[in-house]
Amino acid sequence: MELLEAFVLTVITAATPLLLAATGELVTERAGVLNLGVEGMMLAGAVCAFAAAVTTGSPTLGILAAMVAGVTMAAIFAFFALFLVTNQVATGLALTLFGLGVSGMLGASFVGEPGVKLAAIHLPGLSELPLVGRILFGQDPLVYVSFIILLGVSFLLKRSHIGLVVRAVGDNHHSAHALGYNVLMIRVAAVLFGGLCAGLGGAYLSLVYTPQWTEGMTAGRGWIAVALVVFSSWIPGRLLVGAYLFGAVTLLQFHLQAVGVPIPSQFLSALPYAATVIVLVVISRNRRLLRTHTPAMLGSTFVPDK
Amino acid sequence: MSDGRDEPLLSVSSITKRFGELTANDDIHFEIDRGEIHALLGENGAGKSTLVKILYGSLQPDGGQIRWQGRPVSVSNPAVARRLGIGMVFQHFSLFDALTVTENIALALPKRPRLQVLARDIARVSEEYGLPLNPMAQIHDLSVGQRQRVEIVRCLLQDPQLIIMDEPTSVLTPQEADDLFVTLRRLSGEGRSILYISHRLREVKELCSHVTILRHGKLISTCDPQEETSESLARLMVGNEIRDIRTSVANIAEKRVLLSVRGVSLSADEQFDVALQDISFDVCAGEVCAIAGIAGNGQSELFDALSGERTVENNRIYIDGNDAGAKGINERRKIGAAFVAEERLGHGTAPQETLSLNVLLTQARMNGNGIRGPFIDYGEAAEAKDRICKSFDVRKSSADPRAYELSGGNLQKFVVGREFNRAPKLLVINQPTWGVDAGASAHIRQSLIDLARAGAAVVVISQDLDEIFEIADRVAVLSRGKLTPFTSSRETSRETLGLLLGGAREGEAASAA
Amino acid sequence: MRLELVKRSAEARFLVFASPFIAIAITVLVGAIFFAAIGVDPGRGVYVFFIEPISAWWSIEQLLAKATPLILIGAGLSLCFLSNNWNIGAEGQFIAGALAGSILPVVFYQFEGPLVLPLMLVMGFAGGAFYGLVPAALKTRFGASEILTSLMLVYIAQLFLDWMVRGPWRDPASFGFPKTRTFNDAAVVPTVGPFDIHAGLLIALVASIILFVFLKRTLKGFEVRISGTAPRAATFAGVSNRNMVLFVFAVSGGLAGLAGIIEVAGVAKKLQPVISPGYGFAAIIVAFLGRLNPLGVVFAALLLALTYLGGEAAQLELNVTDKVTRVIQGVVLFAILACDTFILHRVRLVRRGK
Repeated sequence: MELLEAFVLTVITAATPLLLAATGELVTERAGVLNLGVEGMMLAGAVCAFAAAVTTGSPTLGILAAMVAGVTMAAIFAFFALFLVTNQVATGLALTLFGLGVSGMLGASFVGEPGVKLAAIHLPGLSELPLVGRILFGQDPLVYVSFIILLGVSFLLKRSHIGLVVRAVGDNHHSAHALGYNVLMIRVAAVLFGGLCAGLGGAYLSLVYTPQWTEGMTAGRGWIAVALVVFSSWIPGRLLVGAYLFGAVTLLQFHLQAVGVPIPSQFLSALPYAATVIVLVVISRNRRLLRTHTPAMLGSTFVPDK
Repeated sequence: MSDGRDEPLLSVSSITKRFGELTANDDIHFEIDRGEIHALLGENGAGKSTLVKILYGSLQPDGGQIRWQGRPVSVSNPAVARRLGIGMVFQHFSLFDALTVTENIALALPKRPRLQVLARDIARVSEEYGLPLNPMAQIHDLSVGQRQRVEIVRCLLQDPQLIIMDEPTSVLTPQEADDLFVTLRRLSGEGRSILYISHRLREVKELCSHVTILRHGKLISTCDPQEETSESLARLMVGNEIRDIRTSVANIAEKRVLLSVRGVSLSADEQFDVALQDISFDVCAGEVCAIAGIAGNGQSELFDALSGERTVENNRIYIDGNDAGAKGINERRKIGAAFVAEERLGHGTAPQETLSLNVLLTQARMNGNGIRGPFIDYGEAAEAKDRICKSFDVRKSSADPRAYELSGGNLQKFVVGREFNRAPKLLVINQPTWGVDAGASAHIRQSLIDLARAGAAVVVISQDLDEIFEIADRVAVLSRGKLTPFTSSRETSRETLGLLLGGAREGEAASAA
Repeated sequence: MRLELVKRSAEARFLVFASPFIAIAITVLVGAIFFAAIGVDPGRGVYVFFIEPISAWWSIEQLLAKATPLILIGAGLSLCFLSNNWNIGAEGQFIAGALAGSILPVVFYQFEGPLVLPLMLVMGFAGGAFYGLVPAALKTRFGASEILTSLMLVYIAQLFLDWMVRGPWRDPASFGFPKTRTFNDAAVVPTVGPFDIHAGLLIALVASIILFVFLKRTLKGFEVRISGTAPRAATFAGVSNRNMVLFVFAVSGGLAGLAGIIEVAGVAKKLQPVISPGYGFAAIIVAFLGRLNPLGVVFAALLLALTYLGGEAAQLELNVTDKVTRVIQGVVLFAILACDTFILHRVRLVRRGK
C-alpha cells in the first residue's frame, strides 16, 4: 500500500511539469503555431522561479516570476515568428538556445543554493485519509493548477466561442481572415498562453521536483512536451494520459535502480527519450488519424494579402 | 409572385468594369424580379464572375448603377450586400474542415449565436429546404454536395432576398443537382430571387425563367430559355462565327500508335475528388488528339496517370509499344515522351531557379542540354535555353532570369519549347494556353500542330473550345471521370461539344448535331 | 497607426548578400546592450567578447580548432535544410561518429601504422551517417517528425557515450577519472605543413568546398535545392522524395560523425563523458548564418567559434559566466532570421481607417 502510494505520488510529481508545458503548447498549436522553444521557456520559468523564491523567501512570488518569464520568452517568439513571419522551426530553436543561455546566466549565482520548496496543501481530515489522502488532497498547489488549466482548456476549446475561433484559425487561416478575424492577434494570444504554462512547468521543476537550480535542469522535458502534444492528437484529454504515462516511464528508471535491476543507469535514464521516439512512430503510422487531427495550418506562415 | 410593387428586385444598368486594358464588363443591363430564377450564362472569361463580384460588393464598378428594390444603392463591401439582403454561395467554399457544420456557420454569422440554438435552427432550415444536414457532422466528412449545402444554409440563415449561386452544379452529381433544383424552386416560390451562374445549358433551360448571356464582357442577349433550344443558347453563348477549323490534314496513313491507354481507372486523391473510370484511347503518330473538359472532371488525374506521377498496373498504358504504366516519369521520358503540366510555376518549373537550370528539370537525367554525367554544364544549359527562347520567342528582361520573373505567356512558351527541344515522340500537354495572351497562344498552338505533322503524337487536355477546334484532329470529352469516344473534329460542332461539356449525355448531343 | 508586413514583388537582392553582415552588426549591438544591462562597460564587453579572441596568434589557433567541427557539421546541415529536412540531431550524430571512429584506438589499441587514422575517419563518418539515417528512416517509413526524433536521439547518444566511457571503455589506468585510454600516436589527427595547421581544419575546408561544388555544379545538388523550394517541380523532375531524405541525412550525419572523430582524435585524444560544448546545435546557427551555402558556412563557423572564445574570455576578464556564449548564439540566430524576412517583405506604416 505504501509502496503504491509512493509510486503514485512520484508519478504525479514527474508528470505535472510535462502536463503544464504540454497544455500550453497544445493551445499554441491548435491556433496553427509550432513553438519549439518550450524547453527554453521552461528553463526561463525555472530559473526565475528559483531566483525569486530564494531572494524573497516566497515560493508564490517565484511562481509569479515564472509566469512573467514564460510570457516574456513567448513574446520574443511571437515577435519573430508571427510578426516578422520567420521560419517557425528555426525561431523555436533560437528561443531554446537563448533560453538555455539566459537561464544559465541568471542561475549561475544560484547553483548549489538550497531552494525554497513549495508547500503541499493540507486539508485537515481529508489529507490524512489512507491511500487517497495525500494523493488527492495533499499535493502542492501547482498540481491542482495543472488540472484546472487542462480542464479549462478542454472546456474552452470545445464549447466556447474563443475556443472555436482559435480552432478555426489553426484550421484555415485564409478562411478565418476572410471572415474578418484577426489571425495575428489570436495567434499571439495563444503563444503567450503557451509561454505562461511553460513557465509554470519550469517553476514546478525548481520549486517542487528538485528544489534547486541546475543548469539545463529541464533535461529535454520541453521537447517531450512537444512530442506529447503530437501523441495526444491535439486532444486535451489524451494529453493527460500521455503526461502521466511519461511520468510513469520517468519514474520507472528510479524505481528500477532502487530495486537493483542490473541495467546501467544511463540506459534507464534514456527510457523517456526512447519512449518518445517509439510513441511518435506509433502515432505517425496512422496517417489518416494524424491528418484529420493535425491543425492544418500548423507551422505555416501567414501574411494577409492586401 | 407579386407583392403589389411592379419594380424589379434588382436592376442593373450600364455596369462597366475595366482591369487595365481588359474590359471585363461592358455596359451590362439586366433585371431580376422577385421570385425569379435568373441565369447568367457565358463561357470562361465572359465576365460573369466580375459582374457578380460587383453585385456582392467585392469589387466596385467603374460605371453604371445598381438599383435595389427601386432605390439606387452602392454595394461597397460584402457586409453591405448582406445587410441589403443579397446572399452569395461561392464556387470555392471557405469552410473549416476540422469543425462541425454548426461551428462553421456560427463563425460566419455576424451575431454570436448559442451553438445549441443554432444547431436546431440549422436542422430546421436544412430540412425545410430539402438540404438535410447533420449539424454535428465535421466538414471533412462531407461530400462536396453536402459542403455546398452548408454554404447555402449559412446564406439562408441570414434571410436573403436575392441568392447568387456561382456554378453550383459543377461539383455535384446529377442526383445532387436535382435535389438542389427542388430547393431552388422552393426558395423562388417563397418570393426569393436567385441569380444562377452557369455554363450548363440543360440546367438553365430546366430551371430558369430568364437568362442573360454574356460573351467577351458584353451583353449578348436576355431571353426566356423556355423559348430557346439548347442549340440556340449554345450558339448565343459561344458565338456564331464559323471559324476556319484547320488547314492541314493529318496524314495518318501509317496508323502507328504511339500512345495506347487501356482501361485506366484511378481512385481519387482526396476523398471526394473525381476518379478516372475505365479510360481507353489510342493516339497515332501525326495527329493531335484533344480531350475537352471543364476543370474538375478528372483532367489532373488523367495527366498524372499519363505522365507517370501516378503509376498504374501493367498492360494499361503503352508508349511507343513499351508497357509504361508502372514506370515513373523519367523512364517515360526516356522512351520519348514529354509532358507539360497545367501549373507552370511550381510544377512545370522551379520558380526561384533560372531558366537554364529549369531546362534540366525534364531531361530525365540524360546527357545533353546541360547534363554531363552527374555534372551540370552551365554553358550547354544556357545554349539550350537560348535555343528554346529563340525558337519560341520568349521575351525576358535579362539573359537568364528566374522562372517567376517571366510573364505567364512567355513562361508557357518556354515550358512548351523546353519539351520541343527534346524532340519527343509523344507530347501530353495540359491546358496549353490557359492564362496566356493571344500572341503566345497562337505560337504555341501552331507549334503543336507542326510537331504532330512532323510525326509525333500530341495529346492536348483543354477546356478551351476555340483552341480545340483550331488544333485538334480528333476530340473527346472527359466528364466526371469518363471519356466519350473520339470523333473527328470536323465532324463535330461547337454546339455538340458545348452540350457534352455541359453534361448532356451522348445520345442527346448526337441527335442535336 | 500601426506597422504592417507586406510582401515584396521581387526579392531584395542587396539583402541576399548583406543580411549575414547586418545580422552580425545587430548581434554586436544587442551584445553591447546586454553587457550594459548586466553591469559591464559595453565597449569593453564587446571588445573582450568579439575582438580579443582574434587578436593573438594562439587564440586564432583556438578559433580555427573550434571552427573545424562547426564547418563540417554546418556544411552538412545546409544540405538538409535546403531540402526542407530538419536535422536537429547533429549533436547526436557527432557523438555517434566519435564513438564509431574510436573503436580502433580504444578497443584495438595495438594497431599502429598509417592506415589507422584514415580508417578511423571513415568509421566516424559511417557511424554518424548510420545514426542520421535513423530519424530519416522513421520519417520516410512512418512519417514521424524528424525534428523530434533526431533530437531525442541526441539525449540517447549522450547517455550511451557516458555509459561507454564509464563502463566498457573505461581506461583501466585512469584511477577514477572517467575516460578511455589515450589514443596512440597513430590515431591522432596531426598538424600539417609549415604553419602547423590542424589537419582537421583542412579536411573541413575540403569538405565544404566539395559540398559547394556539389550544390552548384551537380544535378543532384540542384535536385536537393528544388526539393526544398519547389517540391512539386522536384517530383516532376523524377526526384524521389524518400531517397532525398535518406541521402541528406546520411551526408549530414556522416559529416557530423566525421567532425566528432576529428574532434576527439585531434584535441582530447581520448573519449570523455562530454565531448562537445553543443557543436551540433551551434552548427544549426552556422548553417543559417552562412545562408545555407557551404562556403558561407566557413565564415559563419568562424563567427560562432568566436562566440565560444568570447565566452571564455568574458569569464576570465569580466567575471561574466561563459553562458553568455549561448545567449549571443541565440541572438545571432534571431537576427539572421529577421534579416532574411526582409529579403521577401518590407514594413509599411498604416494609418487607421483604410
